[in-house]
Amino acid sequence: MRLEKLINDTKFRGLFFQVLLGLSLVLAGHWLFSNTIDNLTNQGKTLGFDFLSRTSGFQIIPTLGTWVLDYEVGRSTYLDVYFIGIINTAIVAFLGILAATVIGFVVGIMRLSENLILRTFATIYIEVVRNVPLLLQLFFWYFAVLRLLPGKREKIELFGGMAGLNITGLYLPAPVVGQYFYITIMAVLLAILLGFYLKKYASIRQADTGQILPVFWMVLGILIVVPSIAFYLTGSPLDWSFPEFKDTGPKLRRGYQDGFGMAVVPEMLAVLFALALYTAAFIAEIVRAGILAVNRGQTEAAFALGIRPNITLRLVIIPQAMRVIIPPLTSQYLNLTKNSSLAVAIAYPELVSVFAGTALNQVGKEIEMIFMMMMVYLTFSLLTAAFMNWFNSRVKLVER
Amino acid sequence: MAQPQHSPAPAVDQNTVVSMRNVNKWFGQFHVLRDINLTVAKGERIVVCGPSGSGKSTLIRCLNRLEKHQDGDISVHGIELNNDVKNIDEIRREVGMVFQHFNLFPHLSILENCMLAPIWVRKTPRAEAEEIAMHFLTRVKIPEQARKYPGQLSGGQQQRVAIARALCMQPQLMLFDEPTSALDPEMIKEVLDTMVELADDGMTMICVTHEMGFARKVANRVIFMDEGQIVEQNEPEAFFNNPQSDRTKLFLSQILGH
Amino acid sequence: MAKKPIKSASQRANVKKTLSVAVDPQVGFVRTEPAPLLPPPPSEGGFTGWLYKNIFASMSDFGSFGGATKSIFMGFVTLILSYFLVTQTLALLDFAIFSAVWSDPKGLEREACWTVEQGGALPAGWHAACWPFIQAKAKFIFYGAYPSDELWRVNLAYLVGSVMLAWVMIERLPYRKIVGALLLTAYPVFATVLLTGGAFGISTSTIGVYTILSLALITMGRLGKAGYVSGALGDLASVAGVCGWVVILFAAVLAVFSVDFSLEAIDTRDWGGLLITLVVAITGIVASLPLGILLALGRRSDMPVARFLSTVFIEFWRGVPLITVLFMASVMLPLFMPEGVNFDMLLRALIGVTLFSAAYMAEVVRGGLQAIDKGQYEGADAVGLSYWQSMRLIILPQALTHVIPGIVNTFIGLFKDTALVSIVGIFDLLGAAQSTLADAAWSTPVQGLTGYLVVAVIFFIFCFGMSRYSMFMERKLSRSRNR
Repeated sequence: MRLEKLINDTKFRGLFFQVLLGLSLVLAGHWLFSNTIDNLTNQGKTLGFDFLSRTSGFQIIPTLGTWVLDYEVGRSTYLDVYFIGIINTAIVAFLGILAATVIGFVVGIMRLSENLILRTFATIYIEVVRNVPLLLQLFFWYFAVLRLLPGKREKIELFGGMAGLNITGLYLPAPVVGQYFYITIMAVLLAILLGFYLKKYASIRQADTGQILPVFWMVLGILIVVPSIAFYLTGSPLDWSFPEFKDTGPKLRRGYQDGFGMAVVPEMLAVLFALALYTAAFIAEIVRAGILAVNRGQTEAAFALGIRPNITLRLVIIPQAMRVIIPPLTSQYLNLTKNSSLAVAIAYPELVSVFAGTALNQVGKEIEMIFMMMMVYLTFSLLTAAFMNWFNSRVKLVER
Repeated sequence: MAQPQHSPAPAVDQNTVVSMRNVNKWFGQFHVLRDINLTVAKGERIVVCGPSGSGKSTLIRCLNRLEKHQDGDISVHGIELNNDVKNIDEIRREVGMVFQHFNLFPHLSILENCMLAPIWVRKTPRAEAEEIAMHFLTRVKIPEQARKYPGQLSGGQQQRVAIARALCMQPQLMLFDEPTSALDPEMIKEVLDTMVELADDGMTMICVTHEMGFARKVANRVIFMDEGQIVEQNEPEAFFNNPQSDRTKLFLSQILGH
Repeated sequence: MAKKPIKSASQRANVKKTLSVAVDPQVGFVRTEPAPLLPPPPSEGGFTGWLYKNIFASMSDFGSFGGATKSIFMGFVTLILSYFLVTQTLALLDFAIFSAVWSDPKGLEREACWTVEQGGALPAGWHAACWPFIQAKAKFIFYGAYPSDELWRVNLAYLVGSVMLAWVMIERLPYRKIVGALLLTAYPVFATVLLTGGAFGISTSTIGVYTILSLALITMGRLGKAGYVSGALGDLASVAGVCGWVVILFAAVLAVFSVDFSLEAIDTRDWGGLLITLVVAITGIVASLPLGILLALGRRSDMPVARFLSTVFIEFWRGVPLITVLFMASVMLPLFMPEGVNFDMLLRALIGVTLFSAAYMAEVVRGGLQAIDKGQYEGADAVGLSYWQSMRLIILPQALTHVIPGIVNTFIGLFKDTALVSIVGIFDLLGAAQSTLADAAWSTPVQGLTGYLVVAVIFFIFCFGMSRYSMFMERKLSRSRNR
């Protein structure tokens, strides 16, 4: 009898507390909500998403987003602006993640090297980059470095004239695909498929006979040869539109011409450099911690068995290091995506800058627009968290 | 110059598995192995003992190049141990090692742990490698654990797997680096029993250990090391009952006291 | 190599005696003379050894093709990086120290840093730091537009804060816990009053109402504890008691805020530079700590409502960038408040930063709670402590020591993130430096570089120092844990 009362008591208490919590939250929410409605009515505003079909009234510098959605002032809507922001955020996040991963892994391994010069260089880079705010680094790249580039009417040539660099941007050759280019694309997919099959065949063969095939080189060869054959046979359907530079004629029209080649605006370059180098420093530390987390005894045991260093690395060290590296690595990827929002400071048209900045000034619907913006970032975060949970459950070391 | 100070040894012939001549090693300024001379014949069982820091682990780790010696000659099974990668690989194939902390690969199953080296070093086909692995796992008496992972096994079981893993390469020489020091007392016996069986089967082994009972039962020779040098060596009966050097006496009184 | 032993006759006799006892002269061996202690070869010992290990070891493997290519590559890379490191360090030193202009005796302002091509006195091609510019702007960078004759207040606040912090950090001093508690509670009130001027004009009646309310709640709590009220009402009474104490603290703070200390009132719009950066970062951390602890406990709680709410809160604030939080705070907060309540810009940013930081703090504390052995929780339960008692007396003290490195790291991140408030119009260190660039009296080509260099160095000193402290704490804590 007394036992029942005790259980009921604690259960009751828990329930009671939760009801209290819920109630106070509802009350607080109601108070905030009614305040908001009052304030909005007083300002003559209403809630609603129909502003999204209004045409936008401001220019956006040429970026991937504007190109994909074919942005034009007066014709494109605010919904287009929203998507342009998302696309620009995504492209800078994608390229930034690629660059940061490569640089981060290289620097992390450098930090572990026995060579003092490599170690010192890596350490200095990591400590300086990690202890200075990203915004300041962004300003450094945008105002200090990129301003040093030659002016609009001059250029630095790259790759023998095929690409160029000046203060208005990086100009690269733009691919112009011919009618049958899709065949080459299919050939690439075919090559990837062949690569998978080759890998499978090689491991079966190793299981049966013990012979080890040089799979890496063979797959590389296939990836190069097969699409090349397809490309050649369909008449090389890839042309390049090279950037055109004019240094004669009316002064205002000199410089890199529109419509030739592909322009990467300096804002995007600055954001990429800053994001990639900043995140790479954190990734380097993660990689270093991951590699150090693998017990030295593992390497010794593998060596003692006669296993060569490269195979030890592949089959013993890297699988164990990756378990430790991947969770914080995905966190850093998420951070990079969120940090892209700093581009608002130099007017690169990613989501915050173009939607919560300029568009918000023109439309004035704060609650709806900030809500839409937050949804994008929350989606990124939740996807990343889901991936991490999935990954962790898959690679968990089996223990008692 | 052969002097009474170097441990006397029979001449090197086909039966010699290990030959160490005038070996010296330094860690920075610290002279960790001093003037080591050692010859091990096929089928011999050597126990190396001594206080911590005496260099006994370093000695056997030099035999498979986990440590590099700076002076002197080492040869294992007739192959000279130098900077030549081919030699090192060959030697490592012929020498198996069991570590104090097992060093099993936690992300692979027990069976995969044992199959890894035969597949990737001796290029054995998978089916054959699995057979070999099951054979040795049966020999160490845990064939039923083959599909499990190291994290699921007790310390004694893990060490026996480590022994089986080393045996799967069918080495000529087994090195044991304090194999029971990290085990709970009730598990030491099962590992020692496995090692005794191995010795009975004729395996050449060099064992660094504090287990003097094992030494008495199995060893042909007990070597006492202190401060990087071989201080005394003898057959187990003579060694334990009649230690010559004062340092040996001191050490034995400490070890056998409890 | 051992020499032939020189033995006396008696020694020889002894050896012979012992040897004759040995069973087999082939196996038995006793060392009678120690092997010689030799110096290491050049590759191991001393300076050459260090040189070899740290530089040449990675470049000397020519035993195989793979090794040889790697060695040549490493040698190449080493040369290039050494060159890069040396030249860049020299260039930086040159810019900042050797070629820099240090003083402006004639009061020329920007002309002191102009080259002959621009009309100044410096040689053509000169490009280095202009320190008189920093000297002139130093007060602005550190204090913003704070009135110069009231700067003593800021300095006093800094001084008191640093002394208290140092007191808490130095091991050997007594009463560290009390000073720490004061640092987290009394110091913020003190600093706020000192910096803003206090005298917020809160009516005595408001304070009186809160005081009476709190006393009532505390009495209820006391009655509940003494057993006069039982059952569910008893729980309600104890909750009321706790609320009572919170309210009375709140009333005390209000009282302090309403006292007129005859300090000049200084609007937060006049604060700027390093002052703002420190205020935002420190307030963020201090205010988010209690909230973070509550959230962490909520997330780990058995009650589904509490767990759900905590998780949603944490994941929301961690999932969005700080800049959007700041936008939200500056733009949406006025909408949420009843009409007429006007929020100071800085306060809006502080609220945003606190909520944002609380989510990260919650995760750090949760990590600490998870790291505590389950036996501690069970032990506390077995002794009969209530949930809040066990948390307060046993779990949280241990968890907090585990998480101090995590908290310091969060603080470092927050300190860097405060630079973002410059985007919503608050003059932090970065913003102040930027606005100094607009001063035409100092317009030189090197103005920007000098200014940003100074700001970068200040940030670096703070962040690097804190990260070293965090690593030091981590090492100390793991050492004491491993005992």
